[in-house]
Amino acid sequence: MTAHVSAELLARYAAGELRVDDASTWPVEAHLEACAGCRDRLGRLTPAPVLAMLDDTRAGILAIAANGPLPVRRRRLRRLVHRWATWSMLSWAVMTATAIAAAFLMDRAFPARPSLVLLLAPVAPLAGLTIAWSRHGDPAWETIAGTARAGVDLLLRRTVVVLAVVFVPLTAAGGLLGTDPALWLLPCLAFTAATLLLGGLIGVGRSAAVLGGAWVLVVVAPALVTVRLPVLVQTGSLPGWIAAAVILTGLALVRAGDHQRLSSWN
Amino acid sequence: MVRTVSSHEMSPSTEAWAVHATGLRVKVGKRFAVDGLDLALGPGVHGLLGPNGAGKTTLMRTLATVIRPEEGRLRLLGHDVRGRGSLRGLRSRLGYLPQQFGYYPGFTVREYVEYMAWLREMRPDAIPEATQSAIDRVGLTDRAGSRLKTLSGGMLRRAGIAQAIVNSPDMLLLDEPTVGLDPEQRIEFRDLLRELGLDRCVLVSTHLVEDVAAACSDVVLVDAGRLVFQGLPADLARLGEHDGVGDNPTERGYSVLLRDHRSAA
Repeated sequence: MTAHVSAELLARYAAGELRVDDASTWPVEAHLEACAGCRDRLGRLTPAPVLAMLDDTRAGILAIAANGPLPVRRRRLRRLVHRWATWSMLSWAVMTATAIAAAFLMDRAFPARPSLVLLLAPVAPLAGLTIAWSRHGDPAWETIAGTARAGVDLLLRRTVVVLAVVFVPLTAAGGLLGTDPALWLLPCLAFTAATLLLGGLIGVGRSAAVLGGAWVLVVVAPALVTVRLPVLVQTGSLPGWIAAAVILTGLALVRAGDHQRLSSWN
Repeated sequence: MVRTVSSHEMSPSTEAWAVHATGLRVKVGKRFAVDGLDLALGPGVHGLLGPNGAGKTTLMRTLATVIRPEEGRLRLLGHDVRGRGSLRGLRSRLGYLPQQFGYYPGFTVREYVEYMAWLREMRPDAIPEATQSAIDRVGLTDRAGSRLKTLSGGMLRRAGIAQAIVNSPDMLLLDEPTVGLDPEQRIEFRDLLRELGLDRCVLVSTHLVEDVAAACSDVVLVDAGRLVFQGLPADLARLGEHDGVGDNPTERGYSVLLRDHRSAA
């Protein structure tokens, strides 16, 4: 902090004797900005016409503030939604919840048949990922793809929302049916991570289609035909699913940089 | 009004060129849309001209870092963008308006521009003021609270320009920004371009040769993925003084350059 302004200099400043181009004006103003005491002294030295002008200005500013345009309303909830999801994910969320509810009703009606909830769980988040991160699901995809947060930050946020949306009905259905939560949670995580990992190379939408299609053809269809619950969704496979979920999630995070380019939106 | 000057603004530029490409090749599908392009762009407004399919949009996308070049060297604002490294630091200094500029119909103009500012990692306390100033600059102040689906084509395009300039980017890429603007708006837009180009690199891709002649300090002409000409708009007009097809010297110069380039190839 600079030295306090001398009484003589302050009096000249207040009287308007120091002009803007005067070399001693600048140090006075720099000090006044930082020192409340000297501002107080200046206030007492200020001549009446200047005080009157300041009062007029204050009244004018208050009048503008009272009559001018109102500040824009902050819509925090909307902003939060925009930062974590897109509106197009809403219809997917409803559809997924309905599908899981239907699978739950089937399971309860036919307990002897293979559990549809368990067969559906691994692929439940995939359509959501396609909606959240593809040129069909997000109209502003190209504008977004060139921004700093595109890639790691935004994709992970949207993935978290997709998983949260899937977990709620799955938890409810699994709880009511009395299945082990790990049996749907781990495959769900492993498939999500695998979709992101493969999506970095061929696009998230294509990757979801490939992995989802493979699961339906290789596991779900035979299970429905043979009426036997596949080994893959029984307790014995859990160590394998744990390993897959951990390794695939790790790899997907390491390779998250792949989603910075347009090819990730295919 | 007193404004704090950031250390970033005071720091000397360490790069001679905002864009420096050598032997750049970019693959789209199976063919090279940009094929051995050498380009160096400094501060100013650069008009990117070329026939349909010349590789303009691919070049813009490559400079916006959304497609990775196959071969060659590309430095943007001093960053090498061919590696696998993070692009976050560079991208927060870019502004990009794509040709097919998609938008969320339910967003208001202000929400949209704020959202894009957030995506470009601006400081949260700087976003509201930057948003308002970007909207003011494109002349959408009275429509800032309107939803995007209620705007006309020209207004949407201006909202797109607002999101591209909201972070006062060091490099601004505008792909066909004048589509849908009426003549008066185009003249205002040219003024905005000149102002923006004073201290940063602005690259405008366009089909409208008269936009380039009026607002650009530099013309870049590409054909079949290669650089055909880079120079002053006046040079282009001089080439078309006595030769070529078109309604004004710049258009004739454009046609002369393309014709000569194609017959030489």
